[in-house]
Amino acid sequence: MNFDFSEEQYLLRDQAKKFLNDRAPPAAVRAVLEDDATSHDHGLWQDMARLGWVGTTIPEEYGGAGLNGEDLCVIAEELGRTLAPTPFSSSVYLATGALLMAGSERQKQDYLPDLAAGARIGCMAVAEGIGVAHATSIQTSVNDGVMTGKKLPVADGDAADFAIVLAKQGAVGDLSLFLVDLDGDGVHRTPVAMIDPTRSHAEITFEGAAAEPLGAPGDGWSLTQAIFDRAAIPMAFEQVGGAQACLDMATEYAKNRFAFGRAIGSFQAIKHKLADIYVATELARANAYYGAWALANDAPDLPTAAAAARVAAGEAYNLAARENIQTHGGMGFTWEFDCHMYYRRAKLLSLALGGERRWKDRLVSLLETRNSSGEE
Amino acid sequence: MDFNDSPQEAAFRAEARAWLEDNAERKGPGKVYRYKRGEPELIPAARAWEERKFEGGFSGIALPREYGGRGETRLQQIIFAEEEADYLIPPAVFSISHGMAVPTLLTYATEEQKQRYVPATLRGDEIWCQMFSEPAGGSDLAGLRTRSVRDGDADDADWIINGHKIWTSGAHYADMAILVTRSDPDAPKHKGLTYFFLDMKSPGIEVRPIRQISGYSNFNEVFMTDLRIPDAQRLGDVGQGWQVAITTLMNERVSSGVRPAPDFEDIFDLVRMTELENGPAIADGAIREKLADWYIKAQGVKLIRARLMTALSRGERPGPENSVSKLVSAFRRQEIAHFGMDLLDMGGGMVDPDLAPMRAMYQQALLDAPGGRIAAGSDEILRNIISERVLGLPPDIRVDKELPFDQLPSGR
Repeated sequence: MNFDFSEEQYLLRDQAKKFLNDRAPPAAVRAVLEDDATSHDHGLWQDMARLGWVGTTIPEEYGGAGLNGEDLCVIAEELGRTLAPTPFSSSVYLATGALLMAGSERQKQDYLPDLAAGARIGCMAVAEGIGVAHATSIQTSVNDGVMTGKKLPVADGDAADFAIVLAKQGAVGDLSLFLVDLDGDGVHRTPVAMIDPTRSHAEITFEGAAAEPLGAPGDGWSLTQAIFDRAAIPMAFEQVGGAQACLDMATEYAKNRFAFGRAIGSFQAIKHKLADIYVATELARANAYYGAWALANDAPDLPTAAAAARVAAGEAYNLAARENIQTHGGMGFTWEFDCHMYYRRAKLLSLALGGERRWKDRLVSLLETRNSSGEE
Repeated sequence: MDFNDSPQEAAFRAEARAWLEDNAERKGPGKVYRYKRGEPELIPAARAWEERKFEGGFSGIALPREYGGRGETRLQQIIFAEEEADYLIPPAVFSISHGMAVPTLLTYATEEQKQRYVPATLRGDEIWCQMFSEPAGGSDLAGLRTRSVRDGDADDADWIINGHKIWTSGAHYADMAILVTRSDPDAPKHKGLTYFFLDMKSPGIEVRPIRQISGYSNFNEVFMTDLRIPDAQRLGDVGQGWQVAITTLMNERVSSGVRPAPDFEDIFDLVRMTELENGPAIADGAIREKLADWYIKAQGVKLIRARLMTALSRGERPGPENSVSKLVSAFRRQEIAHFGMDLLDMGGGMVDPDLAPMRAMYQQALLDAPGGRIAAGSDEILRNIISERVLGLPPDIRVDKELPFDQLPSGR
């Protein structure tokens, strides 16, 4: 039994922490927050690519670092802790994840080296507006290699060079995944204002855009679910990192803010609130660690582990972000304090890849299947 | 990360499983152990099971061989407990004996005393209880008032004890006890305590069971009137009782790791066998959300335990994980009990084990669960521990730390 990261992974974490404290301090996040024209921190993205983070899980033969999912999770936790405003989750968890899972050899050779170098940014386009995207709701379609339809919101859709798009094959066809060059003809992109402006999103309209199949025709929905499952795990680490940051902020504030002649952190009303955040964060961390193990080992249990990690981490982050503001009192409600940046990110992350209700439902469905197949 | 046992751990697990298979009945759907806590038949059965484990070499797994243990690690002990949990065995009557009394004896008793008491305890011959809490000191343990006074001036004079303990689990069947007393009321509260062990058949002890809301009696009041304890049965120095008690309680936080019932798997089973007015309960969205929340908590606690095992296997001291697990599990049990009964609708209030599903597990748990949130560190004390020892928040403002004990305000 060794339910912990390795020494090398702790070194990676220290390196990531140091780098991000230096390069993605709250002021850098705020700069993206307050500048509507900026999709992300370009310099930070390039440096993250140079450090090899962007290609963490890409095999060395395609120019990546050839590390495993646990290493990716170590970095993800630090990205979440600092709110680093980059397209990391879209390009690394989703686009890279999709190509590694479903790409042909030629597609891998074409895309992965550029993705590893940070030279091309990928994103994934599933949602088509308000409401639950599901197997029969998708309207975007491809006929004779040409895509028509509209996707929104697409995380990093304005920053990305290409998108992996879920669409129908033909007017009534099964769902499939397609690669689309976002700078090509027939693609129109406009930014969409989101609850967390530090993560850019776009509306993408396809009017006769060239679309290349990714993976087998008809596998679109199951592939999307499998890609989301794998992405949900590093995403959960971002959420755990964010929850921990909120807990740290609230604890620090409670120690130093005095009222009624004493530190507010000496009142049990505050102490017990913060203890509850700690408990939720530790439960989320435990579930996320198990997810990291499942990711690195391609465990059969991965979908269940991913759903549990996602639910636990989302709940912990939303709780921590909300109660961090509460602990800060009126100051926590101001634009000037950083609390709201976490509050926004917490909500955004718990909607990305589908909302909490949907993941809870999926978790229970997976548990039903597991129990009826007689496994432990 | 690696969830697999090391070859050595796997070999031990296989040995444990083989032995359990030969010596106990495996759990199965609808099978529950025949005696509940509070039933008189339980104690002889528990003693017999302990003796069988001792003969098989599985009692005191992490304790030294010279005292009847197996001389292995805490990790092996946890592995055995994990495997044992799959079998129908008596509820933990010996957890205080093994988890609290024995570690304290091994730290503070003389060699002769260790030889006398530890093997006898591991064999199931002697059950211990822990006489700490008092009417005036529950969570505030150091507020206790039971007096110990020397009978004469000699350095090894006997002690005379007078006082009143409460919430003493198992005092009505225990053979032995560990006891904290106040030997110096003029000293500040944590500094005037002295710690003993004693035979529960000593003259001057009266045990009165407390009837719990479940109707069972697991706890007692213990009255001590001119109870005489030889000085040789003092553990630690005079006035050092608080430090000795901390040794005992540190072990409590590690030892109480038994899975609460009903837990996720139980409520999941109940939901899947329940039909509601508009279809199967498992198809209900609100119920599915609850199930998901309970699963991530149950799974989280299980995984936090895996982290504890990792720390133990590296020879590290356990951290605050146990506070988190107990806080989460005790509350969840109460929630699940409430919800399980709600699912049974108008019939949910029936407590007859022949009528209520799973031998009335939910109804029983409803009445037991409040105790789980109070015993062994109440929810509130655990939150204090987490906020102070983990997060480093300031301690409560205390008015009782430096004053002589007999000058403290005491209320009614």
